[in-house]
Amino acid sequence: MYFAKEVLESSSKMRQKWEDEVKKLVSKWPDQKPDAQWSTVSDLPIKRLYTPDDIKDMDFARDISYPGQYPYTRGNQVTGYRGKYWTFRMFSGMGDAATTNARWHMLLKEGQTGLSTAFDFPTLMGYDTDSPKARGECGKCGVAIDTLEDFLVLTKGVPLDKITTSMTINPPATALWAMYCAAAEIQGIPLTKIGGTIQNDMLKEFIAQKTLMCPPDPSVKLISDTVEFGTLKVPKWNTISISGYHIREAGATAVQELAFTLRDGMEYVEDVLRRKKLDVDAFAPRLSFFFNSHIDFFEEICKMRAARRIWAKAMTERYKSKDERSWWMRFHTQTAGCSLTAQQPYNNVVRTATEALAAVLGGTQSLHTNSLDEVWCLPSDFAVQIALRTQQLIAEETGAANTIDPLAGSYFVEALTNEMETQAWEYIHKIDDMGGMVAAIEKGFPQLEISDAAYKFQRQIDSAEKIMVGVNKYVSTEKESIPFLEIDDKIETEQIARLQAVRRKRDGKAAKKCLDDLKAACKKGDNVMPYCIEAVKALCSVQEICDVYREVYGEYRDPGLY
Amino acid sequence: MSDRKLRVMVAKPGLDGHDRGARVLARCFRDAGYEVIYTGCHQTPEQIVSAVIQEDVDLLGLSCLSGAHRYLYPAVTKLMKDKGIDDVTVIGGGIIPEQDFQLMYDAGLKAIFVPGTTLDSIITWINTNVKPRN
Repeated sequence: MYFAKEVLESSSKMRQKWEDEVKKLVSKWPDQKPDAQWSTVSDLPIKRLYTPDDIKDMDFARDISYPGQYPYTRGNQVTGYRGKYWTFRMFSGMGDAATTNARWHMLLKEGQTGLSTAFDFPTLMGYDTDSPKARGECGKCGVAIDTLEDFLVLTKGVPLDKITTSMTINPPATALWAMYCAAAEIQGIPLTKIGGTIQNDMLKEFIAQKTLMCPPDPSVKLISDTVEFGTLKVPKWNTISISGYHIREAGATAVQELAFTLRDGMEYVEDVLRRKKLDVDAFAPRLSFFFNSHIDFFEEICKMRAARRIWAKAMTERYKSKDERSWWMRFHTQTAGCSLTAQQPYNNVVRTATEALAAVLGGTQSLHTNSLDEVWCLPSDFAVQIALRTQQLIAEETGAANTIDPLAGSYFVEALTNEMETQAWEYIHKIDDMGGMVAAIEKGFPQLEISDAAYKFQRQIDSAEKIMVGVNKYVSTEKESIPFLEIDDKIETEQIARLQAVRRKRDGKAAKKCLDDLKAACKKGDNVMPYCIEAVKALCSVQEICDVYREVYGEYRDPGLY
Repeated sequence: MSDRKLRVMVAKPGLDGHDRGARVLARCFRDAGYEVIYTGCHQTPEQIVSAVIQEDVDLLGLSCLSGAHRYLYPAVTKLMKDKGIDDVTVIGGGIIPEQDFQLMYDAGLKAIFVPGTTLDSIITWINTNVKPRN
């Protein structure tokens, strides 16, 4: 930032005086820990003080600018949160479709403004509930969906043209999105009117979340199909939510989360440009992002500010995008599950509130706040309501939404934003040199970088170099017990009975024909989406569709890197 | 007792992809001087048990955070018993609520490690309770 020469000179003098005083005082009363340990949760060193010197090379117009203006450091929204708060979007799903539908209606009644679906592991991995691989998992980590019939129960009473829904689904994203499209059709709503998001980000699955099905190349091809279909037929849909959340939860640092996520985004852009006849500005405005908001308050805010700037630069400089809607990095945020503790679970409310505030100050468009009991189980009604209220309270009471990007211009915040951007670009260039993200994943590069960071962090926790309250400091001998939400094991039997009833009643020949058509499309390299929609309407199951992909494209197994 | 290194397998049964704990433990075991086999995610109980036999391990550590431990851990130990494996120590970790502990012990697990456990305490437990088999 430009400072008059006199300002820098007087700052320099005052700084000298301050440094002398610090030295004197520290020699008498030493700091509580060595310099290197005053660092972020990701181990980024932080100085005792930031001054004009730290941002003197910044250029206001180039680096900070205004909301809604390049490079969007201060946000995409010209009016900030005054026109509309971020979307209160609680990620939820449990047991069967009817149970989850009831939870959704409860949340909407309590003032939630968007829906977000958590599926159980069989659904996430593209297996039906009656697959031997699915035993014991039904409804445990989210809602079990096998066929369109379940999906219609899930979305019962939800006006699909008025509320947007996000679906955390990756390898079977085409099948579940097809169900959403079919459900809209049944409600009489045209595809041009529905809005929402499918996560549909396979690169971060290989890197971190590990819901795996086919190898990287065909996985990315299926994603490009959805991007093309969305661009042409479902223009209000976000066809990918390029996710750093799981990368971070797997143990990455904030800079790794930033770099790997944005490089994943670039990989998708390049794949669509290579495979489809689409101009970058035809599809890039519908790419969306998803970040973690961890416990280190300023690091998170700076990460989000840096992310917008990196994306805007990448879109204009790398892909020659001309439409500013492509330059906006729009993102959802979830507070960090991995920052929560099983010990003293009520403390998790405080952690989540801090992380949610960071997300708001970082300019998120949508937010999920974790519930205090999520270390142990799916959230109870009681816990999820506190979590939703946390967002509402930040929006309505704290004043955090009054003004846009209130931390801009802070010596520290600007310097840390710059530092994180620089470090992220170093990673991005390294991955470019490897031949892109698919090549880097095949080498195990991001996976092992994350494992290094996860192991280092665990060692720091074990040695109390980094503190988690209730775990390695302020440990309490008394146990706080909280009510647990339990998913009954009998849900599995009921879900299997429902699935088998659907198989009996459907037109078996029609279902088989749809699957054959899908297989032919896969082999020919056609866009699979229209075939998926026909298949789900003929009551083909998630696994039947995914088995086609496995057969044509092959299966990918976790290489077990550590 | 032989002087050979302890052979340890870290396994992820079921469809769960939460593998941070398993990866961190695998590294920790390697640093502790054990020979480590990590299965990666998404192993069926059958795959795990045949890997236990093939790799001739002394200790099997199961990790699951999806809630499916109630089915999967006993399924692994039962298969081991069916195959006549009675000298491999089995331990488990993950999101295991206290009310499930007895179920796990009854299934033959020798120890359960839940969130907040230090790596060193796991190593200490292993060094005290598991020896390389002859």
